[in-house]
Amino acid sequence: MAAAIDVDAVTVHYGFVLALDQATLRLEKGRICGLVGMNGSGKSTLFKAIMGLVKPDAGIVTIAGQAPAEARRTGAVSYVPQSEDVDWQFPLSVQDVVMMGRYGHMGMSRRTRKADKLAVAEALERVELHDYANRQIGQLSGGQKKRTFVARGIAQEATTLLLDEPFAGVDKRSEATISNLLKELAREGATILVSTHDLQALPDLADEAVLLMRRVLLHGTPGDVLQPDNLALAFGLDVMNRSGATL
Amino acid sequence: MSILEILLEPLSYAFMQRAVAVTVIASVVCAVLSCWLVLIGWSLMGDAVSHAVLPGVALAYIVGAPFAIGAVLFGFLAVALIGAVRDTSRVKEDAAIGIVFSTLFALGLVLISVTPSQTDLTHIIFGNLLGLSHGDLIQVVLLGTITFAILIFKRKDFTLYAFDPTHAHAIGLNPRLLGALLLGLLALTSVVALQAVGVVLVVAMLIIPGATAYLLTDRFGRMLVLAPSIAAVCAVVGLYASYYLDAASGGMVVLAQGVAFALVYLFSPRHGLVVTRITAARRRKLAAV
Ligand SMILES: Nc1ncnc2c1ncn2[C@@H]1O[C@H](COP(=O)(O)OP(=O)(O)O)[C@@H](O)[C@H]1O
Ligand SMILES: [Mg+2]
Repeated sequence: MAAAIDVDAVTVHYGFVLALDQATLRLEKGRICGLVGMNGSGKSTLFKAIMGLVKPDAGIVTIAGQAPAEARRTGAVSYVPQSEDVDWQFPLSVQDVVMMGRYGHMGMSRRTRKADKLAVAEALERVELHDYANRQIGQLSGGQKKRTFVARGIAQEATTLLLDEPFAGVDKRSEATISNLLKELAREGATILVSTHDLQALPDLADEAVLLMRRVLLHGTPGDVLQPDNLALAFGLDVMNRSGATL
Repeated sequence: MSILEILLEPLSYAFMQRAVAVTVIASVVCAVLSCWLVLIGWSLMGDAVSHAVLPGVALAYIVGAPFAIGAVLFGFLAVALIGAVRDTSRVKEDAAIGIVFSTLFALGLVLISVTPSQTDLTHIIFGNLLGLSHGDLIQVVLLGTITFAILIFKRKDFTLYAFDPTHAHAIGLNPRLLGALLLGLLALTSVVALQAVGVVLVVAMLIIPGATAYLLTDRFGRMLVLAPSIAAVCAVVGLYASYYLDAASGGMVVLAQGVAFALVYLFSPRHGLVVTRITAARRRKLAAV
């Protein structure tokens, strides 16, 4: 069977900047993989390559055996953006945003049907935001903001979830809520790739981890990948002295 | 004169009826579009495209083609040129926008100045509400209706595009296409509106109503109702003011929108300056206690 996410020797440039250098990553269905690397190591670019948002100069991405365009058309892929990429002042409610997950299931004019309302209500229930359905998205805590976007992926019925630094600016309790939710979704068959700087929490969350520095330096169990010498390789030497620290 | 007479007297003239119809239609279409423009941050783009359609309209006039075609062609040309200058030189986007649209606008002025029968075309620059022909009216109604219908039919996709183009892409939509469609509609809307207020003032109608509505509500759906409502009221108020004060009609309509914005900016119950200042002061007082 084809891997759920298959990134094969993908190279991406932005002008003269080399952002990904023959990155290779295979992820089986139902797995959670933590993506670890310094700022600028290409984590966001890897997400963009998987979504087909940047065109690789070389290499191939397939999602469950499908070309990215095909996978997008079937609504298989959902993306939770980095917080700084979202306009939190935008006049939309939590419910409005989650409903956007349903657009792929709707007709041309995106008319809401009963099934869509049901799916949104259920997704809000799962992320425990049903009491916040009508709240403008800027008036949420960091964790609630993230959960809104996870709910959008749930409403979308996506099988591949890409989360770009979902724990940045999120308190520990919300982080645990989100982690448990992701583990639940993985048990139900979703494949999840999540970039994070919280190395301490990684072994609990993820089945595997990837160390990225333009190339995939290492791919293994979180325990192996988070060995101090490995981190030193990816982050520079000072990490060795404060191993286990949150980066 | 009774209030009813004041309201009805101008409408006894056919030219005022046409002026009211054209201005209300143009204001409403512009206002709907403005809701997305202010949220995407395309105000400058609106400024650029609405000016850059001038040579297109002039050329269309010269060769006898519909204004809309020339306008859309030059609208896209402007956007393409802006993108090219921005991406292939060290000039920043705002400068690229300024260079491209003012040059195209100048080209329009030159074309108009060398075209015989220039009276028709100079009206495009400042608008000529009181001299609208029946044909103008039909064109505005037609274009206005088409643009309005597309904007409303595709409103959810446009909002998704404005809010999160990445998600639009992820679920198989084409954000580039949506952006291009929005720009095309912007060019068409400019044609509709320049009949009413002239090329120079179109940009006001493309920004002010959306910005005003944005200060009034946190729901996009409500913005889409508030902006055109405010714009329609301003259109009528502005026209009546221009009739009774014998002042420039396009200017009056935009002035009315500016005043409406100022009032909302100050007194909006949600995001108005007065309320936010009072709340902040109260909070400080509480903190001091
Ligand atoms: N749109 C862009 N244009 C030019 N360079 C970019 C762009 N996006 C990212 N980069 C560069 O590519 C590299 C990888 O960036 P990114 O994927 O955002 O890393 P990360 O998410 O791990 O912080 C960085 O050097 C960054 O400066
Ligand atoms: Mg990033």
